Amino acid sequence: MSSQGGWGLSKEFLDLVKSIGEARSKAEEDRIVLHEIEILKRRIIEPEIPKRKMKEFIIRLVYIEMLGHDASFGYIHAVKMTHDDALMLKRTGYLAVTLFLNEDHDLIILIVNTIQKDLKSDNYLMVCAALTAVCKLINEETIPAVLPQVVELLAHQKEAVRKKAIMALHRFHQRSPSSVAHLVSNFRKRLCDNDPGVMGATLCPLFDLITADLSSYKDLVISFVSILKQVAERRLPKTYDYHQMPAPFIQIRLLKVLALLGSGDKHASENMYTVLGDIFRKCDSTSNIGNAVLYECICCVSSIYPNSKLLDAAAEVTSKFLKSESHNLKYMGIDALGRLIKINPDIAEEHQLAVIDCLEDPDDTLKRKTIELLYKMTKSSNVEVIVDRMIGYMISINDNHYKTEIASRCVELAEQFAPSNQWFIQTMNKVFEHAGDLVNIKVAHNLMRLIAEGFGEEDEGADSQLRSSAVESYLHIIGEPKLPSVFLQVICWVLGEYGTADGKFSASYITGKLCDVAEAHSNDDTVKTYAVTAIMKVCAFEIAAGRRIELLPECQSLIDELSASHSTDLQQRAYELQAMLGLDSRAVENIIPLDASCEDIEVNKSMSFLNGYVEKSLENGARPYIPENERSRMLNISSFQSPDQHVPSAHALRFEAYELPKPSVSVRNASVSFASSTDLVPVSEPMYEKEILHLASMSSMSDTRSAELKLRLEGVQKKWGRPTYSTPAPSTSNTNTQKTANGGSQHDGQGTLSSQAHETRDVPHNSRKSQIGVSPEKQKLAASLFGGSASKAEKKASSSTHKTSRVPAVEKPQVATAPQNESLNHPPPDLLDLGEPTISATATTTTSSSMDPFMQLEGLMEQNTGPVSVSKQPDLMALYGDTITTGLSGDTLTSGLSDYFANITQSSMGAPEAAHTTQPSSSKKGPNRHDSLEKDALARQMGVTPSGKNPNLFSDLLG
Amino acid sequence: MIRAVMVMNTQGKPRLSKFYDFMPTEKQQDLIRRVFGVLCSRAENLSNFIEVNSIFGPVLLEEIGDEAETLIVGTAHYLLQDTRLVYKHYATLYFVFVFDNSENELAMLDLIQVFVETLDKCFKNVCELDIVFNFNKMHTVLDEIILGGQVLETSSTEVMKAVEEITKLEKASNSINLVPKSMSGWQGR
Repeated sequence: MSSQGGWGLSKEFLDLVKSIGEARSKAEEDRIVLHEIEILKRRIIEPEIPKRKMKEFIIRLVYIEMLGHDASFGYIHAVKMTHDDALMLKRTGYLAVTLFLNEDHDLIILIVNTIQKDLKSDNYLMVCAALTAVCKLINEETIPAVLPQVVELLAHQKEAVRKKAIMALHRFHQRSPSSVAHLVSNFRKRLCDNDPGVMGATLCPLFDLITADLSSYKDLVISFVSILKQVAERRLPKTYDYHQMPAPFIQIRLLKVLALLGSGDKHASENMYTVLGDIFRKCDSTSNIGNAVLYECICCVSSIYPNSKLLDAAAEVTSKFLKSESHNLKYMGIDALGRLIKINPDIAEEHQLAVIDCLEDPDDTLKRKTIELLYKMTKSSNVEVIVDRMIGYMISINDNHYKTEIASRCVELAEQFAPSNQWFIQTMNKVFEHAGDLVNIKVAHNLMRLIAEGFGEEDEGADSQLRSSAVESYLHIIGEPKLPSVFLQVICWVLGEYGTADGKFSASYITGKLCDVAEAHSNDDTVKTYAVTAIMKVCAFEIAAGRRIELLPECQSLIDELSASHSTDLQQRAYELQAMLGLDSRAVENIIPLDASCEDIEVNKSMSFLNGYVEKSLENGARPYIPENERSRMLNISSFQSPDQHVPSAHALRFEAYELPKPSVSVRNASVSFASSTDLVPVSEPMYEKEILHLASMSSMSDTRSAELKLRLEGVQKKWGRPTYSTPAPSTSNTNTQKTANGGSQHDGQGTLSSQAHETRDVPHNSRKSQIGVSPEKQKLAASLFGGSASKAEKKASSSTHKTSRVPAVEKPQVATAPQNESLNHPPPDLLDLGEPTISATATTTTSSSMDPFMQLEGLMEQNTGPVSVSKQPDLMALYGDTITTGLSGDTLTSGLSDYFANITQSSMGAPEAAHTTQPSSSKKGPNRHDSLEKDALARQMGVTPSGKNPNLFSDLLG
Repeated sequence: MIRAVMVMNTQGKPRLSKFYDFMPTEKQQDLIRRVFGVLCSRAENLSNFIEVNSIFGPVLLEEIGDEAETLIVGTAHYLLQDTRLVYKHYATLYFVFVFDNSENELAMLDLIQVFVETLDKCFKNVCELDIVFNFNKMHTVLDEIILGGQVLETSSTEVMKAVEEITKLEKASNSINLVPKSMSGWQGR
């Protein structure tokens, strides 16, 4: 206690500290601190505070901030204090600002000048204080202001200053490598400093530099080795000893650097062998720090070009670690083992029992480390035990972050090494059951894909077996409460796709279960969507097979309920289901073909099937198609001419009227399109899909080209309550598929590697087990983890077929899902296209521009088509007509149509409808429903309902 | 590099916190609380290391962003900078160093030892009270040991020398306007 006085603190501060120490609750503490803040706020602005008092105030501020309260009112006073000449005050000021301010704080600019001055001070302690501040406060912009001084200080006579200057320069390098790129050579120079402390400090920046650019520092290997040798031979002054070890921290840093430089470089590594061997021999393994050096040696040995002698030494030390009583050393031992088995997998066998002990240790850190080790040594022979352990551990912990990590690792291992389909499905079930809400949605999609595609294409029987075992296990699990949403989605999808495939379960049984799911999760729209789609599929397969469908009463009530749902997507699906039930088997077969989730969808990019139609329209006087690039150019010109008319500013409403469409064209066109829309009903499903895809791909091209136009429309969208869709949705989903593909292929590589690595071992090891008297359970575990050599050959074979089959399995989905995604995500640009012709047409014609827009709309309603007078129109018509037929029953067609067109012509509103109409059919299959749901929700928020049932929304607009 | 140094007592009250990358006060408090939550749930005689990715987040994961996810799946997982902490329990205090995987756990444990040894020399049988009332001095000591997240000095004698010199000079420069009530700082004894 006697030490308090020396720092000139007042009784007030002591009282504050004491009362906070005695506070019984957080609330009481807060109250005390808030009171203190009030006092400080008042007193700190009093004029002519004695400096000593001011210093105390600042310290009190720091204390308050440490307790988590805002002391920003006093920052400026801390800054002022750095300007003081007295070292004590200056240091207090610097301490306070380094704790208070981040490097981009506005007040920093007031300190830079002081720092500059202090860096030039004669008093080296002043310089040190400034350098400490530099490390914390100088950002990229202010580096140039202090850089010359700092560089100068590298040659300061005091080693303490040199050290800190190096650290400051290192910090600059971290902040902005380019700003000090020309000074990097200084680090090399300082490596030869005659003060070992400075040399040691230089290793920090060099480590970073070498990590970034190995090859330019290869020449330093010899120097590093000789330094390490000198250190290890105790050539440094005694003052550098720590617990009888010669400069252990410098040794550790050197070993880290050498590990980098020697990795994969035989020549460089050879230079290191001797000194590493020396350290292994000499190092004192009784002290903590000695073991730290030894551990670093193991890291180095396992990183550089392997040398058998050194590896033996490393293995020996590792076994010492593992056998130690200390948890710290066991931890290091497990880590070291993880490094060594990468080079020589045999080493693990010797330590199997120690590893199992660590696995069952109460220490969580150790357990995790061990699980990580097991993960690294998983192969097909021990995957069951390891994944089982991992799942067990996963269930036992609460840490979501780590749970997620283990779950994804389990999935990865299961996909890679699964010995049987049953096991795989069961493992996935467990993972989903316990961590379903944590795992990435991609994992669920992967699972669906895997079940759909099967493990190997050559074995159709195994695939269907996989599916039926999945179906069976899902039916078993489905009744359980509290299943995660993601898992339910998978279940629904699989039941819909394969529930009735093997004939074991009747359609009504499956639909009943699905209805239960939808009912039990009435507030999870996504699950309901999956369920209703699954019901639709089951029904469709029944109809297609020629059986009569008897809809269960609960199913009927579900449909009724969903047709009145708030979710437009659910509504649509319910109507679709109803409509489909009324169709004959041939039509249904075309709508939902059996087990076609993996079929590639062909895209006819030239849209040749429309050529006849286009020609006919042209004959009838339609305007020819203007290629995208020309069109945007025309638009640009026109907008140049009359910017205020055609380019509404991003955030303003458009008050001037729309231009009239060219009457003659639109009239003629109307009749054509009307005719076409009626005879479009029987158009077959696949045809229709092609159209959409086609449109989508076309428009995506246009999308990229007319970025300018898109921007403008975005602004309008907001005003009109249209969901924004130039959103990253399309791009993300695309990258997603790419990513999964990448991930997949990565697994592959890894699988091959690790299994190759592992197959080489596994030879006799059982001898050890019997020698040591351990519990039989542990022995068994050990055998299953490390051995299992009996069925090895067979396993190997299976795993290799696994691998080969996986390659196509990974690549195929890319093809299969990509088009689906496109069709899902690209409708937006589609609409851009839609609106665009209108604009360009009007722009070029520039007819009377002051017409009432709503009048115009009314006119359009009567004509039943809009100014969609360009030759692109037909496919749109087809598209809409067709969708409606699938979505709604036939008699609502015309009214639906007119509604749609009313919406479309209202160019700012038209987009979401199109998004919806394209959506249902394209998302019938494939798990990627999420995006569309989101869009849907957005549309709902905006009050735009796509269904033809709800045209009232626009009645006020339509007059 | 070292990311943070924390000293807190067994009730979770912070006694010193230093983050080598800037963190807003609230975030600091949150981290201290969560670290304390982990620490106090650990039994004695366990290892002194804890992986704290769930608290601090793996460093590179934040920097690379999305791409890191693919990294985490594949073999490259351990290329990410894990965040770990080493703690040591002295009487009523926890000393915690948080760092990434460019540091060696055992060495960090010894660095805590150096830090505490130095404080002990500073205050002669250091106890929590010394630290509470002199936390700015503790900062001085720490700044001599760690600078900008890098280990600067590992000899407690050297650190002591530097701290003594600072104190001497501070006293000299301030003897006029600062008259300490007693000479009984750590130096006076």
